[in-house]
Amino acid sequence: MSTAEIDQLARLLAKLPGLGARSSRRAVLALLKRRETLGEPLVRALREAFDKVRACGVCGNLDSIDPCGICASQRRDRQTILVCEEVEDLWAMERAQSYGGLYHVLGGKLSAIDAVGPEDLGIDRLMARIQADDVKEVILALGATVDGQTTAHYIAERLAGLAVNVSRLGHGVPVGGELNYLDEGTLQAALRARQKLTL
Amino acid sequence: MATFAVNRADLTQPGIQANRSSPIAIRQMRLRDFRNYRRLDIETDSRPIILTGDNGAGKTNLLEAISLLAPGRGIRRASLSELTREGGHTWAVTATIASGKELVGVTTGRRSDSERRLIEIEGVATRSQSELAAFMGATWLTPAQDRLFMDSPAARRRFLDRLVLAIDNGHARRVASYERTLRERVLLLRQARPDPHWLRAIEQRLAEEGIAIAAARRELVQALDGVLAGAPSGDSAPMSPFPAAHLALEGGVDAMLESMPAVRAEALLIEQLADARQADSLQGGTSHGPHRSDLRVIDAESGREATACSTGRQKSLLLGIVLAEARLRADRQGQLPIILLDEVVAHLDERRRIQLFDYLVALGAQTWLTGTDEPNFAPLKGAAQFFHVQDAVLIRR
Repeated sequence: MSTAEIDQLARLLAKLPGLGARSSRRAVLALLKRRETLGEPLVRALREAFDKVRACGVCGNLDSIDPCGICASQRRDRQTILVCEEVEDLWAMERAQSYGGLYHVLGGKLSAIDAVGPEDLGIDRLMARIQADDVKEVILALGATVDGQTTAHYIAERLAGLAVNVSRLGHGVPVGGELNYLDEGTLQAALRARQKLTL
Repeated sequence: MATFAVNRADLTQPGIQANRSSPIAIRQMRLRDFRNYRRLDIETDSRPIILTGDNGAGKTNLLEAISLLAPGRGIRRASLSELTREGGHTWAVTATIASGKELVGVTTGRRSDSERRLIEIEGVATRSQSELAAFMGATWLTPAQDRLFMDSPAARRRFLDRLVLAIDNGHARRVASYERTLRERVLLLRQARPDPHWLRAIEQRLAEEGIAIAAARRELVQALDGVLAGAPSGDSAPMSPFPAAHLALEGGVDAMLESMPAVRAEALLIEQLADARQADSLQGGTSHGPHRSDLRVIDAESGREATACSTGRQKSLLLGIVLAEARLRADRQGQLPIILLDEVVAHLDERRRIQLFDYLVALGAQTWLTGTDEPNFAPLKGAAQFFHVQDAVLIRR
């Protein structure tokens, strides 16, 4: 590296998910080579995003308005809330274009080992929403990890006394997937969650 | 990393023909900077392999290299850095393994820039060790296991879980998940006022995973008990010359599974965990679950507990269990695992030694035996491949 500025930029970029030391150096080079068309617009876009984008006070989504566009929309099913771990999970659901309800982003998973408790995940806020907004169904879209499943159990426990249906996403064979390539845990989950074939 | 060129013509040789319980066998193996080996290249066939040499020559290291080609952490459960030769940063074990009708090239090792063990099958990196189970399996007996019956229940559970893992790929994930959830519960109980909903969620997870673990162990113990009692096997495997042992699981969850369906056992375990919160909080542990179980081994001939038997008898019982496990895997998976017996022969009298050799040859498993004294293996002359190990160099006899 030729200068401290370039070093510093590469080190910062290397902290981003998905970028290692080599790819961050390539990114720095691309930004400096394409200063006008890429570097400067990126700086402006970053500044604008930092100034305007905030976490939604209702669901935890990121947006430039609060409540976010999804929470403010009257076209969405307001009696169904899908609970997910991170904003990127919300984005994934939106890309699928098959869910029309509201969201609640926890921002993590329960983990006594990592000192993440219910108060860190805004679960009381979720409970308050469910009761205040007459929610009929809560869909737990949490990862099939130890902590993800404990979190799902926890929320289901908390909702046990309320008149609300609690469901979770199915675990099993991905669409377009071949059984041969699935691991044993996924196959076992798929077998347990088998469904009657209706013709 | 390089893999061996695979000679497909080898498949027509006797000993690796596919049958219901064809033996898995190392055909070629290459070590680079592994333990005390700088470089080693060895070719073997399906017959037993005898490694003799002084203590510290590198015999057990060779067995460890083979054990790392199967799922798990190998015979010593060593860290990646421990496996690196002194002064080195990387190591590699590459092998061509005959498995059923195929020859498969496998490499495992460590790259200098990674803390994860690299595994390549036919030159393609794999993310999961469990993929090795499709064509490679090994079982072993090492001097560290000699005191298994006198050791702690935790050591016996580890031994048992290794046997379960060999026939149930999901077991390792279940045990890891259960142990993490146990730690979560202990940490939560340490809090002044733990969230009862959180505790209940954790206890539900513990019960689900715990009963699944206990059921998998129970299934394995019953199957092994059947093989040890001489139950008819799926093929014409020879009868083990070692004393028959009766195996049983002892523990609260194991007793529950004896008398009720798993769903009820799960519900009961949830209740027990909830009732024990105060006591567990004081003790800093969890008083119910499969982590409290123990494996009991009884000498079927005398009816005595293994712990009350002589050291030699204990070794014979243990050897009988390991060989029974190999047969069980052959029945279940259609392939005989590689058997690694480290310093086993020195503890057996001449009659038992000859019986063991006859049995291993009749069983047809590729067995690797180590010992300091070559004369102890004399009855295998002509029926086995002999190597002398000296300062990490192998000399074929």
